[in-house]
Amino acid sequence: MHGIQPGVPLGYYLTLSAVLFVIGVAGVIVKRNPIVIFMCVELMLNAVNLTLVAFSRYQSTLTPAGTLTSPQHYLDGQMMVIFVMAVAAAEVSVGLGILVSIFRQRTSISVDEIDLMRG
Amino acid sequence: MNGQLILFALLAIVAVVCGIMMVVQENPVRSALNLVMVLFSIAILFLTLNAAFIAAIQIIVYAGAIMVLFVFVIMLLNMGSGEQLVDRLRPLGLRWVSAVIALVLGLIISWAITGNLRSAPAGTTLSPALVGPREIGLSLYAANSVWLFPFEIVSILLLVAAIGAVMLAKRRI
Repeated sequence: MHGIQPGVPLGYYLTLSAVLFVIGVAGVIVKRNPIVIFMCVELMLNAVNLTLVAFSRYQSTLTPAGTLTSPQHYLDGQMMVIFVMAVAAAEVSVGLGILVSIFRQRTSISVDEIDLMRG
Repeated sequence: MNGQLILFALLAIVAVVCGIMMVVQENPVRSALNLVMVLFSIAILFLTLNAAFIAAIQIIVYAGAIMVLFVFVIMLLNMGSGEQLVDRLRPLGLRWVSAVIALVLGLIISWAITGNLRSAPAGTTLSPALVGPREIGLSLYAANSVWLFPFEIVSILLLVAAIGAVMLAKRRI
């Protein structure tokens, strides 16, 4: 197994995904339309996916040589990304279903007006 | 300055600019299109990380299915006036608070990244192998795979989500 040196350091990928995650957090705080808030949550999930794939790619450089015996172990990050995508798809379908049913009753979906559960 | 670094910089700039535009835009459809741009640039970043299958799934599932669902719901809810859908940002004070919160979170994350990467042990160099559907399938469906059980659980989760979405959106069952 001949190796290569990484062209882009791991820290760059992690920094990019941290920036994207922070943009998503700011969007969740600032926006009022719940559909756009869902989009910001999707952006945060994608930032985490980028982190997972980057770590699975750079795993051989981070662990001491000879620790990972099976080559299947290098895939763990990518497998987690597949499951994150499945959970995101489920979350979006249920969330948008909730929004449609709320809109049917109130004809408005601003998060400031949905206060049914206020104590 | 090598080619990989230039490609990474271009994709990172596209992703960050489109992400900021997504938050700043007041029209949800424009936010959705900016998010599609972010998703595509992340897909190409997956390709640069040798994750070909994940990149394809990213484009098909995220940029295809999930974003179509978003745009479909935006169009579906646009029944009243156009004013209803325009998304005003929160007042200026709260915007500053959110900026401060985001900045503090970013500082914490970058501190964690730099502190831990410096103490990482040096292992072997990267292998050039591209990870395609064959490797993913072997890792997912092999009899002694640890991912077989989570796969079954996720299938149950998707079934529950499909039933729940029908229950929520239907008028009368």
